[in-house]
Amino acid sequence: MKIQCRFFASVREALNETDETLELPATVHTVGDVRNYLRERGGVWEEVLGEGRALRMAYNQVMTTPDTPITADCEVAFFPPVTGG
Amino acid sequence: MPIRIQTADFDVSAELAQLRMENPKVGAIVSFVGTVRDLNDGHSISQMELEHYPGMTEKALETIITQAQTRWDIADALVIHRVGPLLPLDQIVLVAVTSAHRGEAFKACEYIIDYLKTEAPLWKKEQTPEGAHWVDARDSDDTALTKWQL
Repeated sequence: MKIQCRFFASVREALNETDETLELPATVHTVGDVRNYLRERGGVWEEVLGEGRALRMAYNQVMTTPDTPITADCEVAFFPPVTGG
Repeated sequence: MPIRIQTADFDVSAELAQLRMENPKVGAIVSFVGTVRDLNDGHSISQMELEHYPGMTEKALETIITQAQTRWDIADALVIHRVGPLLPLDQIVLVAVTSAHRGEAFKACEYIIDYLKTEAPLWKKEQTPEGAHWVDARDSDDTALTKWQL
């Protein structure tokens, strides 16, 4: 399955990546699975997306939880807790 | 419900006049303006950079305003949030609510800014003498939400 992945703020900066099209293996079903799939790249990916990091995620531009299923051509985003206002 | 994300500054008087224009049912306007401080958590701030998630920010604000509209009898609501580089004293955000009576407008305005601070995908990066750093989310912002869990 192909999806669009986006990164913002400190996550974007640490990964040095704003967006990426991912071709995912069939074992990746949820937003949380996408996070784990990216973590397997190791290095800064494991550091930024690893357990215990305050990380928020969005599915098709709505804040969501790791158990949300992904769909073909969806947009998944990872970013830190928000600090606007 | 006008929602705008922009780099340009805004004129509060003009925005409020526009929001209540030609609506004689409006008897109250409550507005909140957030501005850039020159000090945060002991660090002096020379500049701030606001980043957002285009598309999602507007959607999130629309949802927050819709929730406010279902809870309180308000006429209209406006949110303008600036992004890009900002300096101390600059305006960051305007939330304005119109209603027949002040009680509803006060509550809805506070609700919208409280939820904006935890739900809208916007991030601040501060420039200090020690270098630039991303602002951490505050626990007090989450605590502010608890008063709305009626």
